[in-house]
Amino acid sequence: MKHEIFEKNSILLVIGILVVVSIGGIIEIAPLFYLENTIEKVQGMRPYTPLELAGRNIYVREGCYNCHSQMVRPLRDEVERYGHYSLAAESMYDHPFQWGSKRTGPDLARVGGKYTDEWHRAHMDDPRSVVPESIMPGYPFLAKTALNYQKIADDLQANRSLGVPYSDEDMASAVADIETQINPDSDNVDAFLARYPKAQVRDFDGNPQMISELDALIAYMQMLGTLVDFDLYQADAFYR
Amino acid sequence: MTQIPTQTSSNGRSAMAEIAAIAALAAGAVLSLFLSLNAADPVMAFHAVLFVAAGALGVIGVGYMWRQRASGRSSTEGYNDGVVKYGVIASLFWGIAGFAVGLYIALQLAYPLLNLDLPWTTFGRLRPLHTSAVIFAFGGNVLIATSFYVVQRTCKARLAGEIAPWFVFWGYNLFIVIAATGYLLGVTQSKEYAEPEWYADLWLTIVWVVYLLVFLGTLWKRKEPHIYVANWFYLAFIVTIAMLHIVNNLTLPVSLAGTKSYSLFAGVQSALTQWWYGHNAVGFFLTAGFLAIMYYFVPKRAERPVYSYRLSIIHFWSLIFLYIWAGPHHLHYTALPDWAQTLGMTFSVMLWMPSWGGMINGLMTLSGAWDKLRTDAVLRMLVVSVAFYGMSTFEGPMMSIKAVNALSHYTDWTIGHVHSGALGWVAFVSFGAIYCLVPWLWKKEGLYSDKLVSWHFWLSTLGIVLYITAMWVSGILQGLMWRDYDGLGFLEYSFVETVEAMHPFYLIRALGGALFLIGALIMAYNVWRTISGASAAKAAAPALAE
Repeated sequence: MKHEIFEKNSILLVIGILVVVSIGGIIEIAPLFYLENTIEKVQGMRPYTPLELAGRNIYVREGCYNCHSQMVRPLRDEVERYGHYSLAAESMYDHPFQWGSKRTGPDLARVGGKYTDEWHRAHMDDPRSVVPESIMPGYPFLAKTALNYQKIADDLQANRSLGVPYSDEDMASAVADIETQINPDSDNVDAFLARYPKAQVRDFDGNPQMISELDALIAYMQMLGTLVDFDLYQADAFYR
Repeated sequence: MTQIPTQTSSNGRSAMAEIAAIAALAAGAVLSLFLSLNAADPVMAFHAVLFVAAGALGVIGVGYMWRQRASGRSSTEGYNDGVVKYGVIASLFWGIAGFAVGLYIALQLAYPLLNLDLPWTTFGRLRPLHTSAVIFAFGGNVLIATSFYVVQRTCKARLAGEIAPWFVFWGYNLFIVIAATGYLLGVTQSKEYAEPEWYADLWLTIVWVVYLLVFLGTLWKRKEPHIYVANWFYLAFIVTIAMLHIVNNLTLPVSLAGTKSYSLFAGVQSALTQWWYGHNAVGFFLTAGFLAIMYYFVPKRAERPVYSYRLSIIHFWSLIFLYIWAGPHHLHYTALPDWAQTLGMTFSVMLWMPSWGGMINGLMTLSGAWDKLRTDAVLRMLVVSVAFYGMSTFEGPMMSIKAVNALSHYTDWTIGHVHSGALGWVAFVSFGAIYCLVPWLWKKEGLYSDKLVSWHFWLSTLGIVLYITAMWVSGILQGLMWRDYDGLGFLEYSFVETVEAMHPFYLIRALGGALFLIGALIMAYNVWRTISGASAAKAAAPALAE
């Protein structure tokens, strides 16, 4: 075939380009949606609580992904430093993923439970107060900013429309769930925990006067990587 | 401008187009006003006000075009270079802004106090500002300006439409302003190089479709039977970026009156879609588009034909076919299935060949004209850009090998690799093209000072060398420190010890960035003096060398 055909006909050239650039994406991406072993079957994954979701939105807003990955690779040093390597199932409700591409700071995929709330509070206020060599920006404003959560049900609804399995009850009690999660004395705690197993209930920012953005962010960080029960996880069954 | 073909549209048709444009702009402004009054969050209200202002200014602009036409002061004959001139100035402005922000965030990594403890000035919000400013604002304006220039010359036809090219230029720059102010105010999708939220993405889609139509419309009017090779690359860039942009930004807004949205895909699917997009933003925005610049400006400046026509064809089709597969190399050893990682690696390694085919075609175009490198600093810049292209397209396939990537990934090595491509290739070929364009567009004998071009060239080259060597050392050092064990089998270093070790290299990198910025400021001065200089008219660019 003479290449002249493409050089003399702009529409053929456009069609040729479209065909050629479509092939790779179709072959690589499309199977991820139907190959069953792409996402492992695991015990323990659940949607984010409304407070955790609000915290994740702050994580996104502040661009934390620019310096922190959430993806432990199956390499000896990473598993020893951060914990079990990350599974695809662990980010199945992340719209979008937060795997990151750079570790200016450490990986956060399993940061949940690694430090106390007090440590996180001090660290967010002034990172160098707890890690003198740190180059992380300070986020003192988070503790002083009230969390805007009156419309959090809309966020749950958007996620639900995209396939995150929030129940009708989760939707109806979204605002109340935020207030419950920072108040261990609330009467709703048991019902809340029944819907969100392993959720942590306490006043994360240590300030009972206000539900702050820091409450939400710490709630999110303290649950990262804590959901999957690795005692029940059999890697061989999902060898890909 | 001797034998430029003319294309006259009747006054009636122009008037209709102007009325339609004014109606559309006014409708957009009213819609935006309504949105700003009902916005769900303050940033949406602010951005809607920007759209109102843009719509109002657009109406004034089209009205002005009407008056100029009605009074016979504007011509729709000859080439349309007004919009190209604006694109050149915008490129310089955004380039300097983007380099300056880059320098600032480089210093933040060395001195974290520079984050100022304020929401708007933290690294997390400024880094997307830097990447978008250099890639989309600087690079995008260079691509729009050069493509509008090149397609007219190589088709011997005036740009299609009178209002549409201006809409593309202003609409695109409005997108930049919406994106940039959004980042500072915390509006982001958190997808690298695709951070703007859904409404900015929709706006860019409209602008991009008009861009494609202007480009195609000009090709349809061509007086040359063949479409020149540079235009194949421009076309692949425009068409493929449209595909990538639309698919990667599929998202569900929480409210049509608010900024926040959740992307359609989650987890592993969203990761591969994003890096399919991300790597091909490199492949088609930063490579195909700028190869088009190479294929026009290098032969033009060297006054030699392109080395091999056959190599152009092979280079073009194999490059665009292979690039699209390379995305998974950003996800080595992640939870992405192994088969996809292996495919990505294989195609990334293969990509070395067409990349070097393009480099050879560019460099060998100088056959018989190598002596010009001694005297022509602009040509030197263009040629060195192609050399950097060759270097980074060797480094890229090497880093995509899984064993290498296990060390390099998550470290500064990646940052160094990106900058050898972005500064050495993209910025240098852009600088070279702008140095060519300014005297051609403003009808000057030549540049104000060739000596300043030389200063720009050497300062920037030194800056790039400092930058990438610092990042090689810091990246490999940190990668090795992370995996280092002591004699008892424990990890040798805590994470923060590896951060501390980066400090001297962050200072060297900042110095390199400062030199690069100084070079760009020298360029801006040189361009300004050239434009404002009184030196008299020189004929337009000589005929196309093919």
